[in-house]
Amino acid sequence: MITGSFEYHQPGTVPDAIALLSKLGDDARVIAGGHSLIPTMKLRLAMPEHLIDLQACQELKKISVSGGEVCIGAMTTQAELIASEELHQAAPIVRETSLQIADPQVRYMGTLGGNVANGDPGNDMPALMQCLDATFVLSGPDGERTVLAREFYEAAYFTARDDLEILTEARFPVCAGGYSYEKQKRKIGDYATAAAAVLLSKGGDGGCETASIALTNLADTPIYCQQASEHLVQNGVSDASIADAVTSAMGQIDPVDDNRGPAEFKRHAAAIILQRAIQQAWSRA
Amino acid sequence: MSATAESVQERRAALKGLGTSRKRVEDARFTQGKGNYVDDIKLPDMLFGDFVRSQHAHARVKSIDTSAAIELPGVIAVLTAKDLEPLSLHWMPTLAGDKQMVLADGKVLFQGQEVAFVVAEDRYIAADAVDLVKVEYEELPVLVDPFKAELPDAPILREDIADEKEGAHGARRHPNHIFTWEQGDKAGTEAVIGEADVVAEEMVYYHRTHPCPMETCGSVASMDKVNGKLTLWGTFQAPHVVRTVASLLSGIAEHNIRVVSPDIGGGFGNKVGVYPGYVCSIVASIVTGQPVKWVEDRMENLSATAFARDYWMQGKIAATKEGKILGLWCHTTADHGAFDACADPTKYPAGFMSICTGSYDIPTAYLAVDGIYTNKAPGGVAYRCSFRVTEAAYFIERMIEVLAIKLNMDAAELRAKNFIRKDQFPYQSALGWEYDSGDYHTAWDKALDAVGYKQLRAEQAQQVEDFKAGKTRKLMGVGLCHFTEIVGAGPVKNCDILGMGMFDSCEIRIHPTGSALARLGTISQGQGHATTFAQILASEIGISADDITIEEGDTDTAPYGLGTYGSRSTPVAGAATAMAGRKIRAKAQMIAAYLLEVHDNDLEWEVDRFVVKGAPERFKTMKEIAYASYNQAIPGVEPGLEAVSYYDPPNMTYPFGAYICVMDIDVDTGEAGVRQFYALDDCGTRINPMIIEGQVHGGLTEALAIAMGQEIAYDELGNVKTGTLMDFFIPTSWETPNYQTDYTETPSPHHPIGAKGVGESPNVGGVPAFSNAVNDAFRAFGLTHTHMPHDHWRIWQTANKLGLHN
Amino acid sequence: MSKQTISLNVNGKSVTAKAEPRELLIHVLREQLEITGPHIGCETSHCGACTVEIDGMSVKSCTLFAVQAQGKEITTIEGLGDPDKLHVLQEKFKEHHGLQCGYCTPGMITRAHRLLKENPSPTEEDVRFGIAGNLCRCTGYQNIVKSVMAAAEELNNKEATT
Repeated sequence: MITGSFEYHQPGTVPDAIALLSKLGDDARVIAGGHSLIPTMKLRLAMPEHLIDLQACQELKKISVSGGEVCIGAMTTQAELIASEELHQAAPIVRETSLQIADPQVRYMGTLGGNVANGDPGNDMPALMQCLDATFVLSGPDGERTVLAREFYEAAYFTARDDLEILTEARFPVCAGGYSYEKQKRKIGDYATAAAAVLLSKGGDGGCETASIALTNLADTPIYCQQASEHLVQNGVSDASIADAVTSAMGQIDPVDDNRGPAEFKRHAAAIILQRAIQQAWSRA
Repeated sequence: MSATAESVQERRAALKGLGTSRKRVEDARFTQGKGNYVDDIKLPDMLFGDFVRSQHAHARVKSIDTSAAIELPGVIAVLTAKDLEPLSLHWMPTLAGDKQMVLADGKVLFQGQEVAFVVAEDRYIAADAVDLVKVEYEELPVLVDPFKAELPDAPILREDIADEKEGAHGARRHPNHIFTWEQGDKAGTEAVIGEADVVAEEMVYYHRTHPCPMETCGSVASMDKVNGKLTLWGTFQAPHVVRTVASLLSGIAEHNIRVVSPDIGGGFGNKVGVYPGYVCSIVASIVTGQPVKWVEDRMENLSATAFARDYWMQGKIAATKEGKILGLWCHTTADHGAFDACADPTKYPAGFMSICTGSYDIPTAYLAVDGIYTNKAPGGVAYRCSFRVTEAAYFIERMIEVLAIKLNMDAAELRAKNFIRKDQFPYQSALGWEYDSGDYHTAWDKALDAVGYKQLRAEQAQQVEDFKAGKTRKLMGVGLCHFTEIVGAGPVKNCDILGMGMFDSCEIRIHPTGSALARLGTISQGQGHATTFAQILASEIGISADDITIEEGDTDTAPYGLGTYGSRSTPVAGAATAMAGRKIRAKAQMIAAYLLEVHDNDLEWEVDRFVVKGAPERFKTMKEIAYASYNQAIPGVEPGLEAVSYYDPPNMTYPFGAYICVMDIDVDTGEAGVRQFYALDDCGTRINPMIIEGQVHGGLTEALAIAMGQEIAYDELGNVKTGTLMDFFIPTSWETPNYQTDYTETPSPHHPIGAKGVGESPNVGGVPAFSNAVNDAFRAFGLTHTHMPHDHWRIWQTANKLGLHN
Repeated sequence: MSKQTISLNVNGKSVTAKAEPRELLIHVLREQLEITGPHIGCETSHCGACTVEIDGMSVKSCTLFAVQAQGKEITTIEGLGDPDKLHVLQEKFKEHHGLQCGYCTPGMITRAHRLLKENPSPTEEDVRFGIAGNLCRCTGYQNIVKSVMAAAEELNNKEATT
């Protein structure tokens, strides 16, 4: 398992990285933590001629919380997401999710940006970002623009990011209330058989004030379940409303047969996982 | 000479002999990263080899164009079958009497098959060159289902032997059929089944999996053209056999070949076979005159070297209505892949599958095994078990459960009712084995008591009620297993590998200052031989284990042995060690008698010395005797103190054990968790309890993997679906439970120290215990049997078919 | 692709290697620097046999190009303890039979070393979760967990008495 040859670049700033990317075009790939890209290159399913390593771009390594908004730099690792108390206070679901990604070594290297930007339906962060209603910041030759996580994913490995753009950060509102990231997997290190991210907040009347649900690895993109979320807000959280919300969410999924099991099984497991995630989030709300 | 103040007990403890949990001498090295594995070997001018492999499971090779690869700077050679043919090395014999392509000769028969061998200055260039070799294939229909192998439209896989009606193991009835092997009394068994009160039937599939040691297979060949000597380092569980095979294949005289097994990063059967990589590294070194290293990557390991199992076992078991078993019938369809490369003793094409009567007194039995070719990788190795014993144990332990269901009887009680009784040993089994010793009822009762079996059943019944009442979505399974292993192959009269009798050996040198060196024909792959064999010897010759060096693995120095697999090291080489030690002691006795001026018979052995009977103050320690053997002229006794023993075991040994697993199953997600696992092992005399416990933990974890998800799966086109550690299940520390270990001790009557071997028992017994727990969880809902591996989706499917999701 | 010079600090020593950008750190360590403690087990970042420590992180060195480690501080199993004085983890692995074939051991101990730095008093669950990126085929982990727990205890006792 040996990669093809390539030239290595380590720009010190994002503008330098974008300039390189513009210059090298299709022959270049950006590398963040590398734990998806390097194995792909070893199988020679990707053979870029240039690798642009973002590790020296210090401005991409940050976690800040201010004015009710969380802002995370793309090169922030999962280990850093887990370790940040500030982030845990602002959005505890991030730590809960990050701890279920891969294994300790991979979490030291794996980054938020890499996880959300490559469009692998197996990654956990995309659904999390949709659940958090995050906004992604993309920097390119023509400057910066933002795209909602809920509108970012087009198909497996296809996103709204232009080839010459770099995803630099994710921003999302501080989330009060209950949360849950439930993930069924075959073992530590595995992608989800089915996973669900849920945020719920309770109103003064005991009703459901806000709800947000997103699913991982149950279609070729993450799935934000708007209707299911709205259903909980409108009807409150009860066994019956959870069942309806789950039914609604299941209408959106399109799992495929693979080593984790046939689609029929995944549909059933996904419903159970989502139901549990809603219950847990509500119990914490 | 004054009597030492030390007591007998103190002196015995100082030996660190049998029964001591001696810390391992290997560990200082390994914990500091100073192990020496094959890929650590670095020689001047060493080249790297890498394979071009087939993407297709079945295809004709129309052409191979190596020109672009050869032109790549740094590429030294590209070998194809055409290059090997003049040396008659394009095919090689397998351990099972078949032959196997070293490099594709006209066609490929499985995905991952070796097509060409690139030799380059480093592994990076070699990998680039592999991509530059252009192979033109014509795809052929693929056969992956052994039950379709003999249908009229089945593709013929092995055109090279399509017309041969006779194979290495008798008649072949179809070009895709390898052998039929029959044991026992067919007519008698069928008659019993025809007349019995109760007959339970089931198809029990033991899926295809892989030993997957942490270190993959590899070799470094170095042909010294000046001296005409070939040195071959490699991941070999049987280095001497490799030397003999290398000599027969290459024509290099055996004394000019040195085979070295350095440290081995786990074997579990994967490293018994001879692989094309070994052969190609040798040829490449001969061709280039430079050392050549070949190390496979994990995908190559999983898809091309040595699978295990893939047995479809159709069973019938007959009993009285009271539950006394009368007969057992089994027909196995064995999927051997593209070449019959099973690692079994020559006369046993299905290994010791005939141990499938298990721990039970079954008066009549019949076994037939049909070997079949398919478009899958060759192999069929004993993955942490003696040859096909885990298949046999799984089969009988599932059939017992199926019978218990049919009889509506408790499965623990059914077992106890049919165990071979203590007074029946040595016991002749219906399929021809002589079980050496056992006390199954004692072990079983101890196990049931330890887990509180009756309470577990009560709890389980309550949980079923709760489930039916909608109070829980979890079920509980109690997995029982009482297994009997057959290990320590084996008596030379009926066990050989490529004609080499399956004895083993030990050579001992006692140094003048009273320390010792012992060399064996086996090779440790983590079992701790350097620690335990020294313990055997310490107890035999009275020299502290700390003063004994154990060496293995270098054919230039070690005596000829058949290697380490099938739990044979302790039963065979361990016996050789004890016997060689006894030769040392016998000579020491003569020397002591001379020194003490008494008759040999006036001496008795006491821990570490010979003492004059009735005069305890008069003695000679082994240390004193060792020195004397080198500096005294003793009439009629040769100088020095050395001995060698080649041990031909009179029988196999039959370790056994009682395992109980309690499992919790989530009916909705199919997730299963082990709540408790109790393992009682009886491996006869216990040499090092710490190491035994470690072996049991490891074997159980491999069993957990196999039972709960580990498989080599193919799609209908013969593509390997589980080729990396993402999909090939190896549990992490998180999925692995803590195990509770226990023991009874029933020595083997024919082994010099009574030891039976233990390394493979936990895998043999563990797989049925885990699988039975899953099956048992659903017994109350009408399940008779469901196939492994019990991964989430298959468990869910089982529950779904039983209507538990409605 | 031409080779470039890479400077690293490995086990406290400054070293240089010449490597193509695509050369993996594990290959440079093992083949150029002759640090053969870390092993190659799966090449897809699943097994952890190649684990080393880089700037205070446990890293699978089969999934990092050596050039990416330019200028960094790397600790391998060879940098923990020495023959005259084993590291407590090395001693405890021996004492509690936390290894068999030894192939996963360097990566396992290197990982456990970082784990105890970050969590000096782990529960059994913490240890099991913290070493879940390192596969072992021989031990069933039970004695590895025991070894790590024992090492933590001893390190804490030493801390308390100094």
